[in-house]
Amino acid sequence: MLNAVEVVGAKPALSETGDAVPGQWFRVRAPLTRRVRIFLAICSFLLPLAVWSAVSYVPFLWHPDVLISDPGDVDYFLPGMRVTKATFASEIANSKTNHTDPPQGTPCNPVYLPAPGDVLAAFYTSFTTPPQDQDGLWLHQSLWQSIQTIFWGFVVSSIIGVPLGILCGAHSGIARLVEPFVEFFRYLPAPAFGTLAVAVLGIYAGPKIAIIVIGTLFQQILIIANTTRKADFALVEAALTLGTRNLRLLTSVIIPSVLPDLYRDQRILLGWAWTYLIVAELIGATTGISLFITQQSRYQHYANVYAAIAMIGILGLGTDLVLAALGRKLFPWDKAAA
Amino acid sequence: MNADTLSYLDQPPEVQARLARLKARNVIVSVEGVSKRFATGQSEVTALESLSFRTHQREFLCVIGPSGCGKSTLARILAGLEPASGGVVRLDGKPVQGPGRERGMVFQGYTLFPWLSVRRNVMFGLRMANISKAEAQRQADEWLALVGLEKFADAYPHQLSGGMKQRVAIIRALVNRPRVLLMDEPFSALDAQTRQRMQAYLLEIWRKVDITIIFITHDLDEAVFLADRILVLDAHPGRLREMIEVPLPRPRDAAQLASPAFAATKARLEALIHGGEAHGEDDPYPAVPLLTSVSNEVE
Ligand SMILES: Nc1ncnc2c1ncn2[C@@H]1O[C@H](COP(=O)(O)OP(=O)(O)OP(=O)(O)O)[C@@H](O)[C@H]1O
Ligand SMILES: [Mg+2]
Repeated sequence: MLNAVEVVGAKPALSETGDAVPGQWFRVRAPLTRRVRIFLAICSFLLPLAVWSAVSYVPFLWHPDVLISDPGDVDYFLPGMRVTKATFASEIANSKTNHTDPPQGTPCNPVYLPAPGDVLAAFYTSFTTPPQDQDGLWLHQSLWQSIQTIFWGFVVSSIIGVPLGILCGAHSGIARLVEPFVEFFRYLPAPAFGTLAVAVLGIYAGPKIAIIVIGTLFQQILIIANTTRKADFALVEAALTLGTRNLRLLTSVIIPSVLPDLYRDQRILLGWAWTYLIVAELIGATTGISLFITQQSRYQHYANVYAAIAMIGILGLGTDLVLAALGRKLFPWDKAAA
Repeated sequence: MNADTLSYLDQPPEVQARLARLKARNVIVSVEGVSKRFATGQSEVTALESLSFRTHQREFLCVIGPSGCGKSTLARILAGLEPASGGVVRLDGKPVQGPGRERGMVFQGYTLFPWLSVRRNVMFGLRMANISKAEAQRQADEWLALVGLEKFADAYPHQLSGGMKQRVAIIRALVNRPRVLLMDEPFSALDAQTRQRMQAYLLEIWRKVDITIIFITHDLDEAVFLADRILVLDAHPGRLREMIEVPLPRPRDAAQLASPAFAATKARLEALIHGGEAHGEDDPYPAVPLLTSVSNEVE
């Protein structure tokens, strides 16, 4: 009896440890151990954070401004105000010549670059601080609005784009009919349709969802079509000799064979949809995370702004990680995901 | 040595009787003047030229010939995956067009459906014929047991070895009860040992099942070991060179590989393919001088 684990096919050129080709310092696509992979992934976040921290906490690195702690006799200085080093120096010189009380302050960064610690604190406080504006939203409320906009935009786009893309990928006639126009339309920037969308769909959720759909759909059709086109034709031929006909070739062979790839495409496209979110939310009545960001910047609460922006990244990455894990469960036969 | 004097034409009486019985049976596939031309750019390649032959019920026919002589093209035309440029293919006397479940095919690269378990791969054709799930499963399990793969029914194809995959591919085609099973170099990706085991498996299955097999190979030993008759093709254009009747009794076993009749048949095939007047080359698989062959075809 043959052994089940006997695997047929091309062996990878490199061994598990990645040192099958010794004496090279740049080993092309050498596989990594799990520990190294995790270490590098953490570094990928820690490195930018380290740069940010250094710039924020090490005074001589940048700090172009001075944070006034005591205005002295300078009438337009206030405690907590940030002035450029040049202004501060000239006021010190003035006070020396005029023998007035000199202002005091410490070097600091501009207000738009809060320190990592402040942003970290803002993660907590922005959830616990009530909105300052009357029509304002709590952070979690605005996030929830944004998630709904993304969700419906992506669902509407997928309901049209996935079936149409699959049909284009499977049938040359349909592809010829659909793809030239889609190719043209995908170059049109979605925000350009903003006012039109408001005129047609009102100022609430409608136009926002429409912008996300316009931004996603046309890429989606082409990407899904291309993936479907990569379905292994040998499997189609095998199915033909087994008596499969017409649309059942699509449902029983082509779609299942590219399903893991379609799923991967959808994950990428969902990320795409997120990038249209802010533009979409600014159309009509500003809502969601954009409303939160606008309001916080109005009060120069930049730590909160950074926290809100980071929240989008965390939500996006988090969703993708969950979907990736789900994909491995859904498609156990898929080699590329392993 | 016996092989010098023994000709592949000397058939022992039991083989003679067997072949006579075989040829008295119904014709399953009849290929009548089939030709195939491929357009490549401005020129044309003639892959097959007015090829005619027949196979009878339960015959094991091997097709052999130099690389590029049109063996795969022939299999694809028989399967209906490729239209012929001329001529007719008949199955049970009726011309066939397009693929159909009455002509099963096993490809060189397994072509199992990776998203289906082994059992569901075997059930595939039955499900396409709208046979109930329970019945399809029952039949699939029967066939899996026949090739000793019942333990792997729930495994996915990527968990199987090449030989196991090809056994699944064979019964996936057979479960449809086709009239003819077309096999295009099904074992050429396997190592020598597995390949021999698979040949034995195939003969075992063929003994138990009422099936006509058209088996394409470029391995002379394989052809002689398996076939009742061997169709030898010439290359450029692919034409019928000779139909050889294998003078080996059945059931076949490994001991026959060393018999003088085997050696004589193989020598004849070698002469036809490698030493033949058409080519006169020593290279067992001469590189097809594609450009030359194309320019030969230019009007
Ligand atoms: N789709 C195609 N387009 C153009 N030419 C083709 C096509 N398919 C096959 N041919 C040509 O037809 C001839 C026969 O090809 P075929 O694949 O049938 O040969 P083969 O006998 O199976 O060869 P091998 O032993 O290498 O598998 C070759 O010269 C090949 O170049
Ligand atoms: Mg071939």
